[in-house]
Parts: sequence; C-alpha cells; structure tokens
Amino acid sequence: MAVDLERILRPVDNPLKPFEAKYMTLASGENMVVRQIDRDDVPDVLRHIEPLLHVERDFYDVVAARVYAELLAYYRHRMQDEYVLVAQVDGELVAVVNGREVTPGLGMSLHTIALRRGLRVGAHAFAAKMEYHIDTLGHQEVLIVAESPIGFRRWMIEYQLEKRFDTPHELGGVPSWALTKELFDRARSTLVVGRRPVPPEMLAKAEAKILPPSDPPTPPADLLAATRSLYDPTATALIAQRTLLGGEADNA
Amino acid sequence: MRDVYVGGIGITTFTRLEYPLSEIAAYPAMMALKDAGIRDVDHLYVANMGSARVNHQTALASAVVDSLSLTPAGAAVIENGPASGASALKAGFAAVASGLHDVVLVSGAERMREVNNLEATDFVATLTHPLAEYIYGVTLPSHAAMFTRLYMEKYGLTERHLAMVAVKNQNNAMLNEFAHLHQPITIEGILDSPEAMTNNPYVAEPLRFFDACPVSDGGAAVILVSDDVAKTIDRPLIRLAGVGQATDTHAVHEREEPTDLLAVRRAAAQSFEMAGLRPEDVDVAELHDAFTILEIVESEEVGFFPKGEGHVALEKGETAIDGSLPINPSGGLKGKGHPVGATGVAQAHEIVTQLRGEAGDRQVDGPQVGFTCNFGGFGNNVVCLTFVREGR
Repeated sequence: MAVDLERILRPVDNPLKPFEAKYMTLASGENMVVRQIDRDDVPDVLRHIEPLLHVERDFYDVVAARVYAELLAYYRHRMQDEYVLVAQVDGELVAVVNGREVTPGLGMSLHTIALRRGLRVGAHAFAAKMEYHIDTLGHQEVLIVAESPIGFRRWMIEYQLEKRFDTPHELGGVPSWALTKELFDRARSTLVVGRRPVPPEMLAKAEAKILPPSDPPTPPADLLAATRSLYDPTATALIAQRTLLGGEADNA
Repeated sequence: MRDVYVGGIGITTFTRLEYPLSEIAAYPAMMALKDAGIRDVDHLYVANMGSARVNHQTALASAVVDSLSLTPAGAAVIENGPASGASALKAGFAAVASGLHDVVLVSGAERMREVNNLEATDFVATLTHPLAEYIYGVTLPSHAAMFTRLYMEKYGLTERHLAMVAVKNQNNAMLNEFAHLHQPITIEGILDSPEAMTNNPYVAEPLRFFDACPVSDGGAAVILVSDDVAKTIDRPLIRLAGVGQATDTHAVHEREEPTDLLAVRRAAAQSFEMAGLRPEDVDVAELHDAFTILEIVESEEVGFFPKGEGHVALEKGETAIDGSLPINPSGGLKGKGHPVGATGVAQAHEIVTQLRGEAGDRQVDGPQVGFTCNFGGFGNNVVCLTFVREGR
C-alpha cells in the first residue's frame, strides 16, 4: 500500500479563534477595514505582493519576498497555525499582516507590509495583529523582529518591546523582542484603534474582491536608494540608543 | 533702477531625491534656461542653507556653474536660512536693476534627506539664537508651538483652524505634480474621528503631525533679466515689481509682543511700496507655511486681513483656490514641501506659473498680481516679493 506523503508533509492546523473584523478612519477620511482571509483568498493577495519583490527601498524587497513565501506556504499547507489579516480601503488592498501561534500562550509575529504609505496603514494593521494575538488568541506575549528601520521604530520603540534575545525568532534566527500583555495594555489608548462591528456594506465591499493597490511603493530611481535606506533615514538607531538601548536614564 | 523681468523658470519634484545636490540645483536651472530660450547668463546665485553641514559640500555655486557649463559667469552662494531663496532673488534683482548684469540665474536647492530626521531638525534649529535658544533644546517645531499657544490665547484661534490650513494646502498639493505630499487628508481623518489622535498625534502641543511641513529635497530656478532682454523672450511678461526685506530680534523672547511678526509686516510693506501696489491688489499669494499657524499669521501681517482675523477668512474659504484671495495654491511648504534653500525660489516659480496662466488644475482665475513671503529664522529675517503680469 502506497504511503500518502502529503499527509506527512502537511501540518495539521489547530483551530484558531477568528479575528473579528474592524474598521478605522484614516487621515485621508477613508475607512480602512482589517479582516481575516482564508486560504482561498491568498492568490488574490500574492499577485499584489509580487511586484514589491523588486522594490529595493526600505527593505520592501526582503519583506515582500518573505511575505510571499509565508502566504504561499499557508496556501499550500506548509505552515503550522498561520493566519493572515488584510487591510482594505474600498476593497483596495493597502496592507497585509500575518503571524502564527507557537503555543497556546505564545504568538509569533511574522510580517507587516504596507501597500500604501503615509497614512499609518501599516501601523494600524500591526496593532490589529497584536490585538488578535493578545485579546483573541489569549497569548501572553508575541515574539517580534523587524527587518527595516521603519519597522523597528514602529514596533520596538513605539511599543517599548522587551528583549528576548535568548530566543531566536523564526524570521532568520535573529534575537527576538516581545510584546507582553502588559505592554499592549499600555499602548491601547494611543496606538490601538478601530471600531466594531464593521458596517455590513463596508465589510461586504471588502469581502467582494481584493482590489489592487492604487499607489503601491515603487522601485527607486537608482539602486543607490537601497543602500541609502541602510543609512537609517528615520533616525531609528539614534532613538533606539536613547530610548531602548541606552539604559534607564534616558527613559526617565 | 531698471525694470526686472522673469525670463524663465524651472523646478524639480520635491521629494527624496537620489542624486547629488549640485545636480538638484542644476536641473531646474536647465529647465529655466530652456523655458527662457537663452543659453548664456552673466551671473549665477545659488540659494542653499545646509550644504556644508548636511551634504559635506562647500562652494556649491562653483560646482553648479560648472555643471551647467556656464563658466566664466560669476557665481556665488546666498545663505540666509530658510529665506535663502528669496534673498538670492533679491540679490539677482539688485544686480539686474542696477545695470550690473542683464541676465541672472537664481537656483535654490537643498538635499535635506541625506541625513535622518533628527539631524535635519537639528540642522534647521541651528538658525536659532545659539546661547538664548539652541542650547536649551529649542527647535523650530517647539518655537512654532509656543507661538501658536500665545496666538490661540490672544486671538481665539483653535486647532480646527490649523487643521483647515493643513487640509487646504495638502489637497492643493494633490493638484501639483511637483509636490512632495500626494495623500489627501480630511478634517475627519486628522481631527474628528475616534482615530484622529493616533493618525495625527501632537508633535509639539498644540501643533500636530499634519501641522508641520515635510522634510524635502528639491530645487527651483528663476532667471531674472533686464527689460531689453525680456523683449527678446517669447514668454508672458512677468515683472518682479517689488522687493522687501526686514529683520527682527534673533531671540524671539526679546520681542515686545511675541505674537507680532514685525519683519513680515515691514518686508511686505516695502515690497508693496516699491511695486506701487497695496495688499488688496494681490490676486494670488504663496506664504511660508512651514507650520500651519504661519500661513494664518502671515496673511494678517502682510495686510491681506486685519490682525487676528486671518482664521476668519480661512473659515469663509477666501484663501481657497477658488476664493477671493487664493493662498498657497501650490500646496505651500505644507503640501509641496520645504527644501529650505529652495523654498523662496519655488514660491516665485509658483507665482510666475500662476500669472502666466499655466498652473493647470490649480490655476487661479486670471491673476495679474502675485506675492510671496519667504520667512527666515523664526520671523527674524523675511523677504517679500511682488510680481506683476504686464502686456502679453
């Protein structure tokens, strides 16, 4: 009798509680819906992520490549206990966030990628992801890393994440940082926004079709930009030195 | 004095530019030369504030004049803080009006995004008083915030008025292909919605994120010519009719009334007097809205509206593109961007574009007189220019 190899290769997912969709008003006045998608929706997302593999700016290429791989692995049943949330404005895809559950008490944040910039869509989507881990899945903490200075500023600095440097993160094996429930509670009033329930018409429009981003990040005029992004244009390293790595004196 | 005309104009997109500063200055200059249809200039002024500190480059004018193959024309840098651009235009005006030169090219350029945001903020803060302000950590956002708080207490201004300026100018920028910001914003999104405080947090209370201009790279150029040369250029005839410049105390706290911007008032009066015009003659204006509060206050100090009533005119829509006195149709510093050394030249670029009737979707209806206010320091060195469309 032949061995069903697919049954061996395919992880058996544990059922995760669903994320209840929510919405928020952006600075533009547009309403952004954040909702969970199923495997069947993944191909619609992948076709909008693929072009970002070629954007050598602010680490979009690295992040897009990994998001693509993670979502494809989810679609093809090669990732254990993963979930994907998307953010949409009038159906248009503006951000994707994903992660997975490691144990019933521990979450692993994977990626946040914004397809429209300048309106905090990535920050809002990340906050929704953390809310899912802490409030819905009941995780005591979530392990996080950042690939770009912008991500480091948004997550490590704004949420004042704790170090878990003895725990390698699943993204590249680099030292982890952790968002605990206590840190999340502290951030709720300033960083975590959104309203529920989503008006049925708004949600229906989001679910009807994942439309392409209208103003996605584009490749730099020349490759020097990719190098310049390493120079930390947001001053994240300096802020980190002052607020996180520099000791208690600067936090006071 | 001889009459001075605008022969040609050019501009780059204001954004993060990924090429050398000298090229950021040279590109709009080439556009201006092409616009004017001339090849030779007598003198080049390059307006720039921070090349030595930010870009590790000095003697910028020598680099630019050579990049443009304009040697052996004279060339010099004009550095006067954020008013460098209009100061360079003033120098060009004086050179042509006096008869020293017939064709002067003025190019403003800045590449601020070569450094990170904190360094850029610190670099701009070096224009403050070194002993009375800078050493205590004063930055331009904190200066503007203290000023705003006083103004609110005295004249009843609210955060809603500031947000109205931000929305007006950032949405005007949507109509400007050269503008830095191309994201529309709404009052609901930045002030009224439950998410507004997260979307638009305080930077220096009462100023919020969307009350401040972005940090931009960019360049702009204007060619000033004599009457005789202007007659040979087949472009609408725009005269630089009035130039005014005034200063105030370096340290803001030394002013008798900190909410008065006397240098703005005096520079504007000089400019109007030279032009033989009054504030009510102006059809379109570009004011220096590095922070939203400044557009409102400058609109009063230059004489467009009574003191303390700029925000009332704003409420009535008078300063919108289709209002009775459109202010910052380009998007202003708030929406178009603020590469500091280039800003004064870019303001002139917009006014000339408007007076020529070439501003496309943001075109003001039939303007004949345009005005710019380039605000240096925190109001301690201000240059105002008045432009008039003549004849063809």
